[in-house]
Amino acid sequence: MHMHKFEKAWLTFGIGSLLVFLTVLGVSAFYLGNQPPSCLATIDPEKVDTTAPFNEPGLKKVEGKDWDYELVYVASAFSYSPAEVEVPYGAKVKIIATTKDVVHGFEVAGSNINMMLEPGYISEHVTTFDKTGEYLIVCNEYCGVGHHMMSSKIKVVE
Amino acid sequence: MAKTELSRKTKTEIEDSSSLKGTLASVFLLGFFLIITWVGVYSLFISRF
Amino acid sequence: MFNPSAKLKVDRRDGKLAMAHFFVAFTALAIGGLAGLLQTLVRSGKFELPAGIGYYQILTVHGVVLGLVLTTFFIMGFQIAATSKTSGTLTNKQRIAGWTGFWLMTAGTVLAAVMILLNEATVLYTFYAPLQAHALYYIGLTLVIVGSWIDGAAIIMKYAEWRRKNPGQPSPLLTFMSLVNTMMWIVATIGVASTVLFQLLPWSLGFVETVNIGVSRTLFWYFGHPLVYFWLLPAYMAWYVVIPKVIGGKIFSDSLARMSFILFLLFSIPVGFHHQLMEPGIDPAWKFLQVILTFLVVIPSLMTAFSLFATFESFGRSKGATGLFGWVKKLPWGDARFTVPFIGMVAFIPAGAGGIVNASHQMNQVVHNTIWVTGHFHLTVATSVVLTFFGVSYWLIPHLTGRILTKAMNKLGIIQAVIWAIGMTFMSGAMHAAGLLGAPRRSSYSEYGGAAQAAEWIPYQVAQAIGGTILFIGIILMLYIFINLAFFAPKGEQEFPVGEAADEAEKAPMVFENWKLWLGITVVLILFAYTIPFIDLIQNAPPGAKGYKLW
Repeated sequence: MHMHKFEKAWLTFGIGSLLVFLTVLGVSAFYLGNQPPSCLATIDPEKVDTTAPFNEPGLKKVEGKDWDYELVYVASAFSYSPAEVEVPYGAKVKIIATTKDVVHGFEVAGSNINMMLEPGYISEHVTTFDKTGEYLIVCNEYCGVGHHMMSSKIKVVE
Repeated sequence: MAKTELSRKTKTEIEDSSSLKGTLASVFLLGFFLIITWVGVYSLFISRF
Repeated sequence: MFNPSAKLKVDRRDGKLAMAHFFVAFTALAIGGLAGLLQTLVRSGKFELPAGIGYYQILTVHGVVLGLVLTTFFIMGFQIAATSKTSGTLTNKQRIAGWTGFWLMTAGTVLAAVMILLNEATVLYTFYAPLQAHALYYIGLTLVIVGSWIDGAAIIMKYAEWRRKNPGQPSPLLTFMSLVNTMMWIVATIGVASTVLFQLLPWSLGFVETVNIGVSRTLFWYFGHPLVYFWLLPAYMAWYVVIPKVIGGKIFSDSLARMSFILFLLFSIPVGFHHQLMEPGIDPAWKFLQVILTFLVVIPSLMTAFSLFATFESFGRSKGATGLFGWVKKLPWGDARFTVPFIGMVAFIPAGAGGIVNASHQMNQVVHNTIWVTGHFHLTVATSVVLTFFGVSYWLIPHLTGRILTKAMNKLGIIQAVIWAIGMTFMSGAMHAAGLLGAPRRSSYSEYGGAAQAAEWIPYQVAQAIGGTILFIGIILMLYIFINLAFFAPKGEQEFPVGEAADEAEKAPMVFENWKLWLGITVVLILFAYTIPFIDLIQNAPPGAKGYKLW
């Protein structure tokens, strides 16, 4: 099987570029810790309201952890609890969320916070809120007739 | 003298008619487009919290 | 390549079988296209659906009839015609398999459609549990899948017969490619068939109360990514084999074409996690492994790009073109059979670039489930693939109905594709831009309580409606051309173009026909990529989820 020398050059360049992409992603994910949300913890979806930390949704200051705050969300058709929250500028926050019924999305528009909420699973994401402003949280996975009404708000304030 | 020139000319024509330099240029333009798109979205990823 | 069994014309009986598929496919185009138009209008905020019809019901129609019905029926019809043309007329037994598959798929489609219209299955075409549709919806989709297996069996039987009759010979290229796509489809659909038959169906019938969400989603996406390659490969068949003949050139390399198809078979399936990058319950190391495998499936597309440019350049230079890009001018721009798929090829450049972004592990956070993704697959399947299918229809339908593509229809075909390109530039472009700003996909019009960010998305939604309207004009034109070619065009002989390889002396290596080897590697790769995370999902499963009907 014969391959033209230009095709060899092209494939070398193309595969080389893909390798560079993968290396950048791999270093960022495994060395700098920028993994996509992949929490392995589970929960009984029928008992969300009585299971900590979901029995008290909202922002809480924590001590002795890698992050300063924990921000807990409970999603259900077609709302998030809490519906609005204020986060201090520059705070390092662990967002912890789950759903009581069907699959929902949890996307903070204009940020990298974007995760699936699935019944029985807990989703987590750690980030530092280093820009002030008002951010809209939207459900980005179809969950029923009120899907497009499902939202919440994060205000990052000085 | 004339003969060599003639044969050289023929040779150039043959080379030209089977050349794939346009293909090489096209795929590299395509490759650069892929890289620009990827780097663009990656910088968006880096700039957001 | 000399091919004794190739006939000039597809046999009338096989032609009827293929045409039956195309009638369903183009009916689906009409219904799904109308649904798409309505969606873009609703999302512009300037229009409301009448008679209490729900946005998500229309969206379910759009996804099912275009994503599943149009594509599957067109592909099956095209592959049957291509196999019959290059490997000889189907035997009666093979044709009966084809018809059985066709009627099962059609029955399943009707069943699913009725349940959607009754608002019993507003779960979109991805039917993510624990949203629970009526059991008949799941049964309908199962019939479509099982029907496609029986339909595909006709191609497998014909291939086996050809190999028996031509020992030691590489199979005709179009038959080989149809076979690869059929086998990839069968291996992939085992995933979706498993979740529907063993999880969703018993659950919707009330035999079991709960369902394992992680397992169901993983089985779905095991199928979901090869599904998009199942759409793409028939377009590649046309690009590799048909287009060279249409322009009057040669296939750049028969062997490299086969090699790229084998690579698609190997690497299309063990990559489903790149659709689940944002999901809990899956270890990120396994996600990254499948990201690497996803990047490997880019390679055959890089090869395809080179082959196509090389075919075009070689042809142009053989016609006396000079300079770096002089060959571009020599291409037959006035021929719809070339120009329409060519626009599809061009669309695959931004489509592919976006696809690499989507698959890039944590970068998926920027775009996941935003309308960027919708913009992406409207370039891949709804432009590259669909325009190629239209370009194929312009010669295949008259070939099968004993008619010709007239000059007027040829011109209309080019106008159709230009309209499509303009409409899609508006729609898909606006979708990509709004998606980067965070606008979610699969959502009806919403101002999100007057949020400033949501207000920024609305101008893009208006642009999507403009694009959607232009695209709908394109759909009407296409349906007009289809009806003309099927019923009204003048009688005559329309060629079925099958290209010949430039390197005719070079026989394709027989190793490409070694299915024990390729299917073996396919299975090994799937087991490698899926076994451990799949066992994890079962062993560490949370309590199951009950069904909900929230529409």
